[in-house]
Amino acid sequence: METYALLFGSMLSAGTVLALAALGELISEKAGVLNLGVEGMMLCAAIAGFATTVSTGSYIAGFVAGVLAGAILAAVFGWLVIWLGSNQYATGLALMLFGTGLSAFVGAGYVQESLPARMRFTWFGLGDIPIVGPALFRQHPLAYGAMLLTALMIWWLYRTRAGLVLRSVGESPESANALGYPVRRIRLAAVVFGGAMSGIAGAYLSLVYTPLWAEGMVAGRGWIALALVVFATWRPLRVLLGAYLFGGVMMLQFFLQSESIPIPSEFLAMTPYLATIIVLALISRNATWIRINMPASLGKAFNPVS
Amino acid sequence: MLRLELRPIPSRFWATASPLLAVLITAVIGFALFAALGKDPVRGLQVFFWEPIKSTYAWSEVGVKATPLLLIALGLAMCFRSNVWNIGAEGQYVIGAIAATGVALMATPETGRWIIVPVLAAGVLGGMVWAGIVALLRDRFNANEILVSLMLVYVAIQVLNYFVFGPWKDPMGYNFPQTKNFEDAVLLPRLMQGMRANIGVLIALLTAVLIWLYLARTRSGFALRVGGLAPAAARYAGFSSSRALWTVLLVSGGLAGVAGALEVAGPVGQLTPHLPAGYGFAAIIVAFVGRLHPLGIVLAAILMSMFYIGGELAQSRLGLPKSLTDVFQGLLLFALLACDTLIDYRVRRKKRTT
Amino acid sequence: MTDLSKRNTLRLAAAAAAGVALTGYGIRPARAADGEPLKAAWIYVGPVGDNGWTFTHDNGRKAVERKFGDRVQTTYVENVPEGPDTERVARDLVSQGYQLIFGTSFGFMEPMLKVAKDHPEVKFEHCTGYKTLPNLRTYEARNYEGAFLAGIIAGMMTQSNQLGLVGTVPIPEVLRNLNSFALGTRVTNPKASTKVIWINSWHNPPKETEAATTLINGGADILFQNTDSPAVLETAESMGKYAFGWNAPQLAYGPKARLASSIIDWSYYYTHAVQEALDGTWATGPNQWWGVKEDTVDLVDVADFVPDEAREKMEEHKAGLRDGSYAIWKGPVQDNTGKEVVADGVVPDDDWLKAINFYVDGVEGKVPGA
Repeated sequence: METYALLFGSMLSAGTVLALAALGELISEKAGVLNLGVEGMMLCAAIAGFATTVSTGSYIAGFVAGVLAGAILAAVFGWLVIWLGSNQYATGLALMLFGTGLSAFVGAGYVQESLPARMRFTWFGLGDIPIVGPALFRQHPLAYGAMLLTALMIWWLYRTRAGLVLRSVGESPESANALGYPVRRIRLAAVVFGGAMSGIAGAYLSLVYTPLWAEGMVAGRGWIALALVVFATWRPLRVLLGAYLFGGVMMLQFFLQSESIPIPSEFLAMTPYLATIIVLALISRNATWIRINMPASLGKAFNPVS
Repeated sequence: MLRLELRPIPSRFWATASPLLAVLITAVIGFALFAALGKDPVRGLQVFFWEPIKSTYAWSEVGVKATPLLLIALGLAMCFRSNVWNIGAEGQYVIGAIAATGVALMATPETGRWIIVPVLAAGVLGGMVWAGIVALLRDRFNANEILVSLMLVYVAIQVLNYFVFGPWKDPMGYNFPQTKNFEDAVLLPRLMQGMRANIGVLIALLTAVLIWLYLARTRSGFALRVGGLAPAAARYAGFSSSRALWTVLLVSGGLAGVAGALEVAGPVGQLTPHLPAGYGFAAIIVAFVGRLHPLGIVLAAILMSMFYIGGELAQSRLGLPKSLTDVFQGLLLFALLACDTLIDYRVRRKKRTT
Repeated sequence: MTDLSKRNTLRLAAAAAAGVALTGYGIRPARAADGEPLKAAWIYVGPVGDNGWTFTHDNGRKAVERKFGDRVQTTYVENVPEGPDTERVARDLVSQGYQLIFGTSFGFMEPMLKVAKDHPEVKFEHCTGYKTLPNLRTYEARNYEGAFLAGIIAGMMTQSNQLGLVGTVPIPEVLRNLNSFALGTRVTNPKASTKVIWINSWHNPPKETEAATTLINGGADILFQNTDSPAVLETAESMGKYAFGWNAPQLAYGPKARLASSIIDWSYYYTHAVQEALDGTWATGPNQWWGVKEDTVDLVDVADFVPDEAREKMEEHKAGLRDGSYAIWKGPVQDNTGKEVVADGVVPDDDWLKAINFYVDGVEGKVPGA
């Protein structure tokens, strides 16, 4: 029983990375901009955060560096896509490729370094309660941060005026523009927020989850985060739950191996990706449902007539 | 204060000049980067832009490297023109290589040269099947092809691992994860002695010509181009978008698959876990830099190969890290996308209104 | 890839090129003339900063530079993917005049063979391979001995009798290390049992962390790994368990968790090989497999908190390996299905060791793909 509780707890950790990046991308997509470069932003943030913390010894500085790295890259992407009108898919891919290369390049000098190992959290003894403790109360603060952020996002998107404006920009930028809202600046803000969240996710990976740097260490999590947003039909709570689900699938393959379940490990390793495909197919099946939930202007450029 | 003004019609000059300007920008940034790293910048540019093409042997190496890039990018260009975003060409490449290996392993020392044809055909089929999954899920389930094709890349890599670690492991190979070396009959004939370039180069070039003819001269090729540019108009004209979807995905899957087959039957001669080399992703850059046009793609593939080879040489000659190649490739695409703005927009100084 | 207009130029140049190729394009005289330094190159599969496999090879290279000074000129190329790129790098090194080339990964085998066949005047050494030529020989380190010694300590110190191993890729070398570790644990603790999780990747720290976490969650209190990064060690540290350093001392990581480090010191082998090349006595031959006896493998930096009893037991066996009186793989040895794989009293030869494809008694599960 203890084992399952521990498995649940590690599922929450693994899912946090996905959730943080996916929630950011959610905001970006709600405003109508699809940023495929999440993987590249996460990698750059991971090395930025890692390098900063190694040099300064401060984790706060590391996270700030990660956020800045993600935000700056997203801003460049945003400028290209929103102001210069370049194709969102191609530019996002360029960001991914560039970010991957840049992070490897900068990170080459940091491969030997390491940070102190992850701290253990017990949160005033809550973590020691049998079963519930290991399952829920041994997480890093950011794990709870992701849950809090989800709640805040639900409130902000659906209960505040600002959230309404964002959503309307995503649904119909022309109408929003006609009403006098600065559509392009709102989109840029959303994109930069998305980049900042990818930054936190990347920094979390290299500072907390596995406190060292290795080329390509994000290993596809950025892409899974992108899939999560679609999988969750652009709703924050579903993003969070989906992230935990995928985190669980990722941990499950190791769990099954350690229990000597006789499935070839390669097939187990496929499971997160197959799961993503299957879920995507099932979710997308209903074209109407997708059309209702997907921000109508997603992926399309907006050119204000000025 | 500069601003962008929409041109009445897109500039044809910039359509051709934009990639060149992008290369120039990348070279300039490279120059600055080398200098910042304390290396001789002229030597740095020389290693990337001159060394890879300075001898016939060098050109043959460019040929070896560019063949998969060219083939995959041709297929991707067709997809992107139709607004189908096949990001998973890497997976189709791997599955094509696996399928080709399956046939290649059936050869015995007595098999004749004809086996190359089924080997390559298997590669095409393998890639098509893998891309077909993407097409099916998009056609029937509306599943986003970007995400599906990408997830299938990871799945394909695990399939590869399964085969080389399991059923296809070389029994004489001390249990190392690789297939046995293919019989000589399977290996692609070289173009000339001492060079590594093989008939794959010719196949790739021929494909470029065929694709160009298809897009420019056939009705369905025209339909594809229109379908990407103006989907509603295309539907009105009776061009089926579903048919276009299947066509481009199957073609690009087949091309990526044959690229994989050429790689295992050519320079490598066996199937190993190191097959996925990122060509499927680099080909995306090649397709864009080549303006999604077959001729442009040939040139862009050469350029990218030079970046790859130059990156290796930069390591052994100048002590620069390998990841520099990826940085340049990403920069090139960014620069290209930025320069492409000039096709549709003019840069004007904003007049201050009184 | 040539474009259409250059294809004709290519054809015209073909005749000339054939002539050049036949006369041996780019070949320089291979023997170091008196006074001219011997040029030696190393091809690495990973980055020298990996603090693991490649790092130790590069330390060996640096030792060569220190020992031979002006008589030798070295270079290296890192992050070379296995496959056609290896061939290109090797050919480029040859064309730059390197006379002794070391390839440090199994996957370099076929490309190196191709280049070696074309350049009989250049000497090649391939690490962890098994194919040889008159100008290409193979070498490797008996790092399974280090794994065995680590197992001795682990067997004595485990309290749950459950050990965990994070494996990279199930190739024979890794299986051998895994099995040797398990054999070591059984020497001191007949009840010890080892679980394995394969991450199917050579270098993926987050996956290593997840695998290590899973093993610990499943009851393992001491971990061992075949991965290069300190991720497993750090995970052990953060969860209050123990682990070992691998390939390199990795002292800085996991100060409370690290029991000892199994290391490889290539300096002895590389200086020996370069000396042979300088003396003209270099020749191909059987696989050079160096271990504790030749000071190439060792278990070092045993932590202070390791009980003396465990430490002494380990040293005792290390001495046995050093003077040849102790053999790790000596029958009777059974695999974990009960089948006898080494008969009583038999000491299997190196070829047998190189082809291990089973789990010994003491390891749980089944070899993937077997």
